[in-house]
Amino acid sequence: MEAFTSLASGLSVAIQPMNLLFALIGVLLGTAVGVLPGIGPALTVALLLPITFKLDPAGSIIMFAGIYYGGMYGGSTTAILINTPGESASMATALEGNLMAKAGRGGPALATSAIGSFVAGTIATLGLTLLAPYLVEVAVSFGPEDYFALMVVAFVTVSATFGDSPVRGLTSLFIGLLLGLIGIDILSGQSRLSFGVPELYDNVEVTTLAVGLFAVGEALYVASRRHIHEEKLEAVRGSLWMTKEDWKRSWKPWLRGTAFGFPIGALPAGGAEIPTFLSYATEKRLTKHPDEFGKGAIEGVAGPEAANNASAAGTLVPLLTLGLPTSATAAMMLAGFQQYGLNPGPLLFAEQPALVWGLIASLFIANAMLLVLNLPLVGLWVKLLAIPQPWLYAGILVFATMGTIAANPSPVELIMLTIFGVLGFLMRRFDFPIAPVVVGLILGPIAESQLRRALSISLGDPMVLLQSPISATLLGIAVIALIAPFALKNLGRFKAVED
Amino acid sequence: MSNAQPVPMSRVQPRTHIDVAGVVIALLLLVLAGMVWWDMTKLQILSPYDLGPKVMPIVVAIGLTLLALGNGVGALQGNLPARDSLDWKPIILILGGLAALIVLIAIGGGFMIGTAILFATTSAAFGRRAFLTDLLIGAVISVFVYLLFGKLLTLSLPAGPLEHLL
Repeated sequence: MEAFTSLASGLSVAIQPMNLLFALIGVLLGTAVGVLPGIGPALTVALLLPITFKLDPAGSIIMFAGIYYGGMYGGSTTAILINTPGESASMATALEGNLMAKAGRGGPALATSAIGSFVAGTIATLGLTLLAPYLVEVAVSFGPEDYFALMVVAFVTVSATFGDSPVRGLTSLFIGLLLGLIGIDILSGQSRLSFGVPELYDNVEVTTLAVGLFAVGEALYVASRRHIHEEKLEAVRGSLWMTKEDWKRSWKPWLRGTAFGFPIGALPAGGAEIPTFLSYATEKRLTKHPDEFGKGAIEGVAGPEAANNASAAGTLVPLLTLGLPTSATAAMMLAGFQQYGLNPGPLLFAEQPALVWGLIASLFIANAMLLVLNLPLVGLWVKLLAIPQPWLYAGILVFATMGTIAANPSPVELIMLTIFGVLGFLMRRFDFPIAPVVVGLILGPIAESQLRRALSISLGDPMVLLQSPISATLLGIAVIALIAPFALKNLGRFKAVED
Repeated sequence: MSNAQPVPMSRVQPRTHIDVAGVVIALLLLVLAGMVWWDMTKLQILSPYDLGPKVMPIVVAIGLTLLALGNGVGALQGNLPARDSLDWKPIILILGGLAALIVLIAIGGGFMIGTAILFATTSAAFGRRAFLTDLLIGAVISVFVYLLFGKLLTLSLPAGPLEHLL
């Protein structure tokens, strides 16, 4: 029960008035930005990162926790009310949620997603609390070759295993890895792929990439298809509150969704999309009201939304204990840590226990704040949704460019933002997944340094990767995860559920 | 993925056998792979035992080459996902706004004028027909952002004549 002692000390950090204030600001900002259509949690964190530049690490990371969960809540509100999921993890929620909103049951849909998110978030954060110390212990025994192998597993699962096309997913990943090469190589002091441009010597900023791909790319894409696609905002009609019947139909899906979300998120198994669709399929099968599915069944909102939040908290397990981001949002969180020279992993637990456990405790607090704030404030969030589309995207671009030059005041940074925006647009148009680029950029250099450390210990013998049993096993898993999608072409069948 | 209901008429790209855009993507990947490889050859190895800074570029170059092949095969078979028709005007408007902002910052014009232009062009790209009003709104927002970022958070934003007035 050492975990609870640590958590208690973390709570004493999180509950300091300033930190509570940071959590509150984070929650409000996160929800406000996350609710805007087309803005998922990853972009929410990326856009709001500059705001935390000047805070101290503890305050900033606690604010992050709020932004992270806030962005998730905001995203589900958008999914339900205008059926524009900001990210694939909200797609399942949007299916039944938007139908409920159309049928005048938007209030209960928002309520079951908010309460379900709270239940799932709390259970999953508890899971994180219990699991983290064990994983840290395991991770301490990892050598550099084991870390490298672990990152290979993450690369494969994030890009190839669960996407539509392994080739396109891996292409995205390698573009990210290529971007990760740009800059001065720390170990040898030589510049790579910089072409004499001084701004390229200090690496590609993860925030510039994420904001370019997600914000600029999305704006270009939506603008280019405006003539064929229109969004419609559903008004929240009728009661906000769930009836007794709604509660009865919601609590089991919440728990089942959590059971899907947390383990899949906690394993480096990539994304919240799979658990949300698994949960959707399960609820559809188990429901006592099968006739309502396709017309707005509350189970179809409660389950996936819980799965989504549980998986989001789950991704924090590999992120905090191993320094391994397995989603675009987790990659942005890692960027936030790196901004303070902090490297998540077992060492961080040993060196900065107050900070790590303060963060975990803040997750509980942020979650509770969201539950209390979100339902009463839903009217305000809906008003944000009603911002006319031209102003909304114009505002997003203004904020995106400002954040980029505030972090790095140089026109070259803006040129990079624009290039990444065009890249994001093309990737959307040709259906390449975006998240592997971000994960590749941030995890590539870390994987490289582990690989080179392993190779320099073994005097350049690559067999070291197979001689360590941990590393050999992990590489074996990576190979299976790479081959599986080719072997099981119908792994994408979860996506067909919606038809 | 998308919940758009595509109007059949708007699908201007018939499913030809060879996807030209896909072939271009494959060729671009090949060019990128070549660039990484060429850049790698200029690196110096410091340790006699291992390839040091060359390891990762080699992995990336080989990976990109294989993926270029994979994408190329897919394009030749024409099995890329279907694409909707494209409206170029909004794309040019948004990129034009970004270009204006970049140029203004590069020549020391500060970011406010550029931001106002970006706001107005983006808004126009999304169908608004009130360029001057939007220019004004963009200016107000940029003042607000300047005060938030520059004064409250003490981040430095590129200043020009307008910024010095505040």
